[in-house]
Amino acid sequence: MRIGLLHSLIRKEEKLLIDEFRQRGLEPLLLDDRKLIFDLESRPAVDLVLERCINHSRAMHGLRLLESVGVRCINSSEVARVCGDKILCSLALKEAGVAQPELRVAFTEESALVAIEELGYPVVLKPAVGSWGRLLAKINDREAAESILEHKAILGSYHHSIFYIQQYVNKNGRDIRSFVIDDKCVAAIYRSARHWITNTARGGIAAGCPVTDEVAAVSLAAARAVGGGVLAVDLFETADGLLVNEVNYTMEFRNSIDTTGVNIPALVVEHAMEQAT
Amino acid sequence: MNECVVCGAAVTVADDAVIGELLECPECGSELEVTGLKPVVLSEAPETEEDWGQ
Repeated sequence: MRIGLLHSLIRKEEKLLIDEFRQRGLEPLLLDDRKLIFDLESRPAVDLVLERCINHSRAMHGLRLLESVGVRCINSSEVARVCGDKILCSLALKEAGVAQPELRVAFTEESALVAIEELGYPVVLKPAVGSWGRLLAKINDREAAESILEHKAILGSYHHSIFYIQQYVNKNGRDIRSFVIDDKCVAAIYRSARHWITNTARGGIAAGCPVTDEVAAVSLAAARAVGGGVLAVDLFETADGLLVNEVNYTMEFRNSIDTTGVNIPALVVEHAMEQAT
Repeated sequence: MNECVVCGAAVTVADDAVIGELLECPECGSELEVTGLKPVVLSEAPETEEDWGQ
């Protein structure tokens, strides 16, 4: 069995995955996306590629290029395409009937302002592509909306003028991140912070969260909506039940192993090895 | 012993380190990348790019 690990930098997560492969007697072929050259014909000598790129654009295109020469990939390029773009992800959730915060998409400053006022303050403005809670803006009033929209339109590259506007959900200082592997919700954490952004990359504190029937059901529904695979689902707790904020396809789990007691990289590796046979 | 390329502090590199692995300097907190093995070469890790992360 030959498994490739498509990566850029080797973070704690990739190191843990490599260790888990080695513990099972398998040395993964490390495919550094900074060094790869694709000629549309050659196929790397692997049965399966586990994608762990840090760049969304490289992951999505790298996966598609690998699939085109017959390499099975976890996750698929289609899952990466959908999860890597909040608009596409929201569409997939909507089409599958999965509950999510109310949102609007607009393409100009003027229409975005109308959309924001339609939703009602506060709202959260997000880049369609982006992660780790970066470049999110919580907009509390019209003056802030006008300023931020102008700044994004003038200072940002073109895709910052694709405005993804989400209703602000008061999550009482925490959200839930659940982990789905092969259609099973294997673990979940609470991410808590005083700041309204609770990403652990931004200082949110991880703590174990029970995988209730509701957490499992909503997580699996979200994972299926985007195509399934190895995914992390971000959930908001509301009076009306759980809402899916986003679905991540190259999940980070370094803060979620001790807190949940679940060896997430081991489960990912076991799933990859099963799929490669 | 390997040195941090930013502050010169001693940085321990594990025997099972791999090319591309990220390390943090214990003194200055700089993020370093292992860019060579045998001998170990450390470089400053790349800056965060817009489409990084999850």
